[in-house]
Amino acid sequence: MTPRQKRMVLVGLILAGVAGAVFLALTAFQKNLLYFYTPSQVTSGEAPKDYTFRVGGLVVKGSVKRSEGVTVRFDVTDGVATVPVVFTGILPDLFREGQGIISIGKLNGQGVFEASEVLAKHDENYMPPEVGDALKKSGQLPPEAYKDYQK
Amino acid sequence: MIAELGHFALVMALMMAVIQALFPLWGAQSGNALWMAVAKPAARSHFLFLLTAFVCLAIAFISNDFSVLYVAEHSNSSLPLYYRITAVWGAHEGSMLLWAFILGLWTFAVTLFSRSLSEEMLARVLGVMALTSIGIELFILFTSNPFDRIVPSPADGNDMNPLLQDFGMTIHPPMLYMGYVGLSVAFSFAIAALLGGSLDSAWARWSRPWTLVAWIFLTFGITLGSWWAYYELGWGGWWFWDPVENASFMPWLVATALLHSLAVTEKRGAFKAWTVLLALFAFSLSLLGTFLVRSGVLTSVHAFASDPTRGLFILVFLGVVVGGSLLLYAIRAPMVKDNARYAFVSKENLLLLNNILLVTASASILLGTLYPLVLDALSLGKISVGSPYFTAVFAPVMAPMFLLAGIAPMFAWRQADANRIFKRMWPVFVASWILGIGLTAAFFKADDIRAMAGLGMAIWLAAGALMSLYARVSLRANFWEGLRSQSPSVYGMTFAHLGAAVFLVGAVLSNQYSVEKIVRLAPNESTEIGGYSFKFLGVNDVSGPNYRAKEGSFQVSNGDKPVAELKPQKRVYKVQRNTMTEAAIDPGFFRDLYVALGEPMDKGAWIVRVYVKPFIRWIWLGGLLMMTGGLCSVADRRYRLASAKLRESIGAVELGAR
Repeated sequence: MTPRQKRMVLVGLILAGVAGAVFLALTAFQKNLLYFYTPSQVTSGEAPKDYTFRVGGLVVKGSVKRSEGVTVRFDVTDGVATVPVVFTGILPDLFREGQGIISIGKLNGQGVFEASEVLAKHDENYMPPEVGDALKKSGQLPPEAYKDYQK
Repeated sequence: MIAELGHFALVMALMMAVIQALFPLWGAQSGNALWMAVAKPAARSHFLFLLTAFVCLAIAFISNDFSVLYVAEHSNSSLPLYYRITAVWGAHEGSMLLWAFILGLWTFAVTLFSRSLSEEMLARVLGVMALTSIGIELFILFTSNPFDRIVPSPADGNDMNPLLQDFGMTIHPPMLYMGYVGLSVAFSFAIAALLGGSLDSAWARWSRPWTLVAWIFLTFGITLGSWWAYYELGWGGWWFWDPVENASFMPWLVATALLHSLAVTEKRGAFKAWTVLLALFAFSLSLLGTFLVRSGVLTSVHAFASDPTRGLFILVFLGVVVGGSLLLYAIRAPMVKDNARYAFVSKENLLLLNNILLVTASASILLGTLYPLVLDALSLGKISVGSPYFTAVFAPVMAPMFLLAGIAPMFAWRQADANRIFKRMWPVFVASWILGIGLTAAFFKADDIRAMAGLGMAIWLAAGALMSLYARVSLRANFWEGLRSQSPSVYGMTFAHLGAAVFLVGAVLSNQYSVEKIVRLAPNESTEIGGYSFKFLGVNDVSGPNYRAKEGSFQVSNGDKPVAELKPQKRVYKVQRNTMTEAAIDPGFFRDLYVALGEPMDKGAWIVRVYVKPFIRWIWLGGLLMMTGGLCSVADRRYRLASAKLRESIGAVELGAR
């Protein structure tokens, strides 16, 4: 092929590749973006029903209850509002009452958040930024929960 | 004292880096041989100072010098010696020092293996590497100095994060950084070639072994990381599409593309401009990865407490490197004459397709990784992009890639005879798919399309690699002589493609057929999963050097036949009071048995997580095979023989350019 033809093939292939990738990415985005909501937003009805999203905050002290099986219930708060969460499975090692967590799941008809995943960070002094912001917004950021190593 | 010495050595390293950048680059530009000759000694003493700084930090850890802030925060006197050394790169400051040290090591390696290189090229390469060093060393000195003192010094340290107290931490970061940072050699070479205007196949031949070695380390580092996450994190997964994993995977994809396109540039003199661009991208993505990991802008399992000035510094540095190199490329690339001619049906075009697919895959991962950051920065909401996005985008891009990789080695350079190849390969293609579908139906499920497609593709890829080897060998009269006469790089390619096939088998089968059960077990109760019976015998107290643990005991049997005894632990580390789950795994070639303790319940019962994961070892075996392929290719004598001729040809080309 002449250099000119080669360039056209190259440009054509790149265009096709980009178009294909953009199409794939956009369709995948539409289905798989996870939005974050604070407990206040969830209780005020801002959060979607039947759509997976993330909610985060501090685990309310004394709220963790294990049933006979492997299902666990606990409440998550941003200091203003509280959302009950139900989760079936094993909680992460750093899950503790009073600790900042993020859970991924859906809101059911009774206003209970059915979590499919609960995340607590490996560094116990680390606050998920979303949770930190949510607490700051509600003015409930406990200083001892957000101590920064660097300072 | 030792900390001050380390700090001083680091400052001296920076000074040396300035000398190593300034004189050689200016000398190469103005043709001053004396200034160019500064490059080698400056680079070597630069490395020596970095080595001193690194050793000083290690000594501070080994001698439990808690008056050094970084040591006090990340070590403890009860930490075993082995982990005290690992703790050197256990957190931000030390791992940045490791980054700088490894860059120095690569620079040093370039000075050792550069005899074949023209003075001018060597001066430019070392100068560009020094510029990168300056950026990183300034970053360490101004925002993350590991040698800062703390007054008053604490009696004991805060301990290393228990999660990192593992063999994986000892070896995974150095290997990964060797790969990441090694791409800077290819980058410096590309920049040096652009500066000197000598972009030719000699450049590609020189750059290729360096890229290959970096790629081998990167492959090894990623494979190790995946294996480590699997056994350590206790979730039983091997890849999470975590932003930090993506940060290492994107450079790998582009480096893989670069290896293939370097082959074209070296052998055929085509794709010159594109190859240079890939070299620039590969290292830019490495730097971007560093930025993502080190700035703390991402929420991930690897996230560290962050400091905004750090993020800003790396972002500016990234902007300078990417912007500067792309600007240089824009000015110089039009001068590159690409006059190689080849037909539409040729190896060149298939490798071009390979490149486009790999870069597309990398770009779609980049999009998913950066999109949440952009939205957050514009205050449009906090979102996260989970693994469903990545699998949805990645699989369709990689599928044609695997299909093409099966047949591409059969194609000839310049012009391939498509009819002959199709005649030869279609029975293999059909047989692979029948085998893939048949095996899935016979051993797993009869209607699982994904597994069938994955397995069919893997068999096709492996068969293609072996067929192409056979085609080369059968040109010789004698089979054994044919095998012997192949160059190591042919075996390299065969191993690497086989590795990809083995990886694909592992990934598909373990994803499709892993079974998991979360169950509450009282002592002497058992649970059945995937044909195995796990009997829980109870929990004992055990203790380690710096932790106490509850150790569960499980008897696994297959029917009446005992298979394994698994002892997972739940550890509590004494200093940080962290709880850690240590899963117990019975590894096997065809399946892994995996038990992790969850939470204790009343009456000695525990919630436990059990998995049976078929073929999961094949994932890492595939990575190791790819690495082996890389090692074979590096051993190719042609690079050493070629490098002797290289000097003349570079000299000739440069004369021609003037």
